[in-house]
Amino acid sequence: MKNTFSSLYLFMKGQRLLYTGAILAMGAATLFGLLTPLVIRYAIDTVIGGKEVAAPPLFAGILHLFTGLFGGALSLPEAGGLFILLSLGGGVFLYLKGRWAAMAAESMARGIRERLYDHIQRLPYAYHTRAETGDLVQRSTSDVETIRKFVASQFVEIGRALFMVGLTLSFMIQLHKGMTLYAMAVVPVIFLFSFVFFMKVKGAFKQSDEAEGRLSTTLQENLTGVRVVRAFGRQCYEEERFDFRNREYQSLTYRLIALLALYWGVSDFLCLLQIGFVLFMGGAVALQGGMTVGTLAVFVLYEGRLLWPVRQMGRILTDMGKTFVSVKRIMEILEEPAEEDHPEAGTPPIRGEIVFQGVSFSYDEGCEVLRDVSVRIPRGATVAVLGPTGCGKSTLVHLIAGLYPCETGEILIDGTPVKRIRRDWLRRHVGLVLQEPFLYSKSLRENIGIREESPRDEDVHAAARDAAIHEVIMEMEKGYETAVGERGVTLSGGQKQRVAMARTLMAPYPVLIFDDSLSAVDTETDAAIRKALAMRKEKATTIIISHRITTLAEAELILVMDKGRIVQAGTHADLLAAEGLYQRIAALQNDLAEELSLVMEGEDENGRSGHEYTS
Amino acid sequence: MSTPHKETTFSRQLDMALWKKLLDYVRPYKKECLLLALFMILCAGADALYPQFNRIVIDRFVEQGTFRGLGGVALAYAVVVSLQALAVWAFIRTAGRIEMGLSYDIRKKAFRRLQELSYDYYDTTPVGWIMARMTSDVTRLGEIISWGMVDVAWAVTIMAVMLVFMAVLNIKLTLLALCVVPLLGLISYYFQRRILKSYRDVRKTNSRITGAFNEGITGAKTTKTLVLEEKNLGEFRLLTGTMYRSSVRAAVVSSLFLPVVMTLGSIGTALALYYGGARVLEGALTYGTLFMFISYTVQFFDPVMALAGIFAEMQNAQAAAERVLGLIDTEPSLKDTPDVAAVYGDNFTPRKENWAPVRGAIEFRDVSFRYKEGEHVLQGFNLSVRAGESVALVGETGSGKSTIVNLACRFYEPTSGSVLIDGTDYRKRSLLWLHSHLGYVLQTPHLFSGTIADNIRYGRLDASDDEIRQAARLVNAHDFIMGFEKGYETQVGEGGGRLSTGQKQLVSFARAILADPAVFVLDEATSSVDTETEALIQKAITTVLKGRTSFIIAHRLSTIRNADRILVIRKGVITESGTHEELLLQKGYYYRLYTNQFMEEGEEALLD
Repeated sequence: MKNTFSSLYLFMKGQRLLYTGAILAMGAATLFGLLTPLVIRYAIDTVIGGKEVAAPPLFAGILHLFTGLFGGALSLPEAGGLFILLSLGGGVFLYLKGRWAAMAAESMARGIRERLYDHIQRLPYAYHTRAETGDLVQRSTSDVETIRKFVASQFVEIGRALFMVGLTLSFMIQLHKGMTLYAMAVVPVIFLFSFVFFMKVKGAFKQSDEAEGRLSTTLQENLTGVRVVRAFGRQCYEEERFDFRNREYQSLTYRLIALLALYWGVSDFLCLLQIGFVLFMGGAVALQGGMTVGTLAVFVLYEGRLLWPVRQMGRILTDMGKTFVSVKRIMEILEEPAEEDHPEAGTPPIRGEIVFQGVSFSYDEGCEVLRDVSVRIPRGATVAVLGPTGCGKSTLVHLIAGLYPCETGEILIDGTPVKRIRRDWLRRHVGLVLQEPFLYSKSLRENIGIREESPRDEDVHAAARDAAIHEVIMEMEKGYETAVGERGVTLSGGQKQRVAMARTLMAPYPVLIFDDSLSAVDTETDAAIRKALAMRKEKATTIIISHRITTLAEAELILVMDKGRIVQAGTHADLLAAEGLYQRIAALQNDLAEELSLVMEGEDENGRSGHEYTS
Repeated sequence: MSTPHKETTFSRQLDMALWKKLLDYVRPYKKECLLLALFMILCAGADALYPQFNRIVIDRFVEQGTFRGLGGVALAYAVVVSLQALAVWAFIRTAGRIEMGLSYDIRKKAFRRLQELSYDYYDTTPVGWIMARMTSDVTRLGEIISWGMVDVAWAVTIMAVMLVFMAVLNIKLTLLALCVVPLLGLISYYFQRRILKSYRDVRKTNSRITGAFNEGITGAKTTKTLVLEEKNLGEFRLLTGTMYRSSVRAAVVSSLFLPVVMTLGSIGTALALYYGGARVLEGALTYGTLFMFISYTVQFFDPVMALAGIFAEMQNAQAAAERVLGLIDTEPSLKDTPDVAAVYGDNFTPRKENWAPVRGAIEFRDVSFRYKEGEHVLQGFNLSVRAGESVALVGETGSGKSTIVNLACRFYEPTSGSVLIDGTDYRKRSLLWLHSHLGYVLQTPHLFSGTIADNIRYGRLDASDDEIRQAARLVNAHDFIMGFEKGYETQVGEGGGRLSTGQKQLVSFARAILADPAVFVLDEATSSVDTETEALIQKAITTVLKGRTSFIIAHRLSTIRNADRILVIRKGVITESGTHEELLLQKGYYYRLYTNQFMEEGEEALLD
C-alpha cells in the first residue's frame, strides 16, 4: 500500500501544485459554506432581534469589514447581499476545485496513458510474442480510468469530508460547546454504518457484475456462433440458456438493489435522527436561554450539510481498494524492462554483409533454438533458408534485425557486431517482413507509405506493383483510399502479406528478409514478386525463408536447418546431389509426375471420358 | 426491413408513438408503478415536513419559553422519520423491481427476435452493434423508466406540498422566495444537456484511445520491424491531447453547474431573508416561519434540478428506445409461411410429429441469387445431388461456392427459381425442419463456453454420456479429450479458446456426427494444423461423410479426392464437373489446382 501511494505520487509529478490548489479550493469552498448560515444567524439575532451575539472570529472579521463599508450595523437588504456574496465566493472556489482537480487528474491520466503506450512499444519482441492483448488493453484503459476517477473525485471527496468535519466541528465549538456534542452524537455511527455496510456488500456488487459478464458472454457467443445455432436448429435451446443468464442477472442485481434499499432506509433514518436530535435538544437549550434562535438555525443548517459527505465516505473508502489494485496492475507493465541499446552502440554504415560466428541462442534456460551457427552471407547475395517447423530459421533472421539479443557468439554486419549498432538504426537498414504482418487501421496508401512523412503516389504505386498488389487495389471501389482494419475491408491473408511486402519495398533497404512472408500467396504471384525484386536498382542482400522449391532453387545460397543447426548449405545443384531434406522436397515433383501419369495411363486403358457436365 | 443505419438515426423531437410503445412494456408492472407513486408521495411529503418542524420548535417552544408539548412533537418527528425510512426502503426496492423486470423483458423479447432474424441481417449488422443495443441501451431504458418515474413523482409531490405549506402562510413571501425557480429550471436544463453532450464526446474519444491501445499492442511486433515507435507515439499523443481537452471541457461545464445553481438559489434565500425579516420586524411573521421559508428556498433546488435532469436525459433515452425497439421490430427476411408454420410449428414450439422425413436429395432448379443491392452471384443455376452423394466445391474466393452451400442449407433463399429437397420445394417445409437435419462444420469452428461434453451434446440435446463418447471416438477425438485432466468435463473457455484449432475442429465433428444429419456441410479450413491432427481430421471427415448427402468447400487434396463428385465453380458457373481422375484429364483449372496443392501439401508435410 505504501508503494502504491508512492507510485501515485510519482504519477502526479508536475500536477502536484495544481492538485494542492484544488484541495485548498475545496477547503475554502467548505469554509464559505459554513459562513453563509452565520449570515442568517446574524440577520435573525442581530438585525431583527437586536441582540449582539458573539460570532466565530473569522465571521466577525468579515462582518466588521462589511459594517465598516456601510457605516454601522447592517440592514436586512445588506445582510441579504452579504449572503449572496458569500455564496458566490463559495461557488467560485467550488468551481476552481472542480476545474483544477480535473486538470490535474486529466494531465496525470494523459501522462500515464502516454507512458504506457510508449513503454509497451519499447518492450522486447519476446514480451510481445507471449503478451495477452486483451489484458494489456484492459490495464491501459480501465485501470487508468479507475486511477483517474480516484484522483479527480474520490480523493477530493475524502478531503471534502475531512474539511467538512474538521471545520464544522471548530465552528460549532465556537458557537456552543454543549450543542456540538449533540450535533456529533450519531455522526460516527452513520460513518461506521456506511463503511461496514459497503464492506459487507462488496460481494453483492461483484456478483452482479459477474452475472452481467456471463450474460453478455452468452449473448456474444450466440451472436458470433449464429451459424452453428441455426445449422443445428438450436434457437429454442439458446433461448433457454439466455433466459437463465438473463434471469440470474436480474435476480442478483435486484438483490443488490434490495440491499442498497436497506442501506438508504437505515442511513436516512440515522441522519434524520441526528438532525432531529439537534432540533429538539437545541430547542430545549434555546428555550432555556442557552443560545439564540439564530444559533439554533445555524446548527440545523450545518447538520444538513455535514451528513452527506460523511455517508459518502463509506462507499469511497471501500472503493479505494480498487484503485490500489489498478496502480499495481499498471506498475507491473511499467516495471517490465524495455529494450535497451548497448551504451557504446553506434550508427555505422550498413551495406549488407552478414556474418554469424558461433551463434547459439535460447529463449528459455536450457532449450537451445540455435546451436553454434556460423555462416557468411556476402553483400547483395540472395539466400534461402529451409527447415522443419521449430528448426530455428525464424530466430536466425530475427537476430539479424536485433529483435532478440545475441548473447553467445557474434553476428557481424559489415564487420560491426549487431549489439554495437543502435536498434533503430539497424532496423532502418534491415527490412524484415513477418509471416503474419500487421496492417494499421489507415488507408492502403497510408499503410504502404507508413514510414514516410508524405509519400509520393508514384512511389506507393511502384512498391505495390513490385509486390503484385497494385491491380488488386485498383479493382477496389476506393482504390488506395480503401480503409484497412476494423472499420475497413477484410483482406485475405495473401493480400495482407503483399501489402506488407509493398510497405517494406518503399525504402531502399540494404538487407531484406522475408520470414515466410509469402506463404499465403499463390505460387504464380510468388514468382512474379521475386522477378520484380530481382529487377530493382540496388540489389539488396536478401534472405528468404520458404518451403517452395521454386523459390529456393533461384537462391545463390541455400541453407537447410534442423534442430538449431545448419545441416546443409550450397546451391540448388549441390543440394540436389546430396541426400537430405532438400532432395526429398525436390523429389516431390517426381512423385507428382508419377501420379499424374498413372491417371493418364488409366485413361488410355479405359478410354473413359470425363465430360459429364451437370449444368 | 429496417437497416441498422436507419435504426441509428433518431429525431430530436419527442416521439409520442415510441413512448406509447414503451408503455406496453411497463403495463405488466402497473401494480408496482402505483405502489411506487404511493411511496414517493409519502417520501416527498415527509421531506417537505421537516422545515415545518423547525418552525414549530422555534415558534411554539423557543419563542414561548415552554417545554409543554415538546415531547409530543418530538414523538411526531420520530414517527415521520420512521415512516420516511420505510418509504425510502420500499421505493428503492419497488423501482429496482420495475427496472430489472423491464430490462429482463426487453432483453428476452429482443433475444427471441435475434434468433429469428436471417443471415442477411447478421451479414450487415456488426455483432458489437447488437451487443451495445442489448446491454447498455436496454440498461439505460430500464433505468430511465423506473428511476425517471421516481424522480418525477418525488419532484412533483415535494414541490406541490412545499408550495402549499408556503402559500398558506404568506403568498407574497412565497412568490418572492421562489421567483428564481423558473430561471433555475431553465439553467439546470441547459447545463445538464451540455454536460451530457460533453461526456458523450469524452466517451467517443475514449473509445478511440482504446482502439489505439489495441492497435499499438497487436501491432507492436510490426512496429518494431518498421521502427515506427516515434511516429505512433506522436499520433497517440494527439489523441490523448484531444482526450485531455474534451475531458477538461466536460469537467469545467459540470463544475460550473453547481456554483451557478447555488448562487441563483442564494438570491432566493436573500430575498426571503430581506422581505421575511422585515415582516418579522413588523410582527407579521414569526421567527419560525422565516426560518421555514429559508429552508424551503434551499430545498426547492433539488426537485427542480431533478426534473431538468430528466428532460435532458429524455433525448438520449429516446434514442436508446428507438434503437432497441427498432431491433425488436426488424422483420426476418426468411420466414415460414403461415400454412407451413401451422403444420410444422415454429422455432420455439416445433411439431415434429408432422415432419416429413429427409432423405437428402437436393436439386437446384434454375436458381438465381444476389445479395442485397449486389450483383447476381448465381444466374439460372442447375445442380442435382443424389441422396448420399458427396460433392466437393473448388474455386477461387468469391466464385460463389459459399452461396451455393448457403442456398442448399436455406440460410438464404433463391431470388428466383427453387431448391428442392427430396423433390419438394423447401419453402413448403419449415426452416427448422431442414436445419434440424443439417450437420455443419465451419472453417473456423465455433464452440460455446462450457465443457467438452456440453459442446458435443449441442448436436443432440438428449444424447447420453455414452453416445457422446461414442461420437468422439468415431472422429478420433476421444484420445485427446481423455488426455485432459478432467476429460469430457474440461472447460473449453470462451469461444473454445482453451483448445487448439485442430482440437476444436475434432470436437465440432463429434458434435455434427452426434446430430446424425441427412445433409452435411463442411467448410474446410485453409490453415493447416500439425500433420498428426490433420490425419485425425481427415479420418473424421471420411467417417462423417459416409452415407450422407454432403457439400464440401474443400481445400485439402485428400478431402477433394474422396468426394463422389468435384465441381469447379467460377463466377457462379460450374466450369468443370466429375471425379478426380476425370477432371485431371481435362487439364483445366482443377489440374492446375491439384499440381500446385500437391507440392504445397507435400512440402508442408516434409517440413512439419
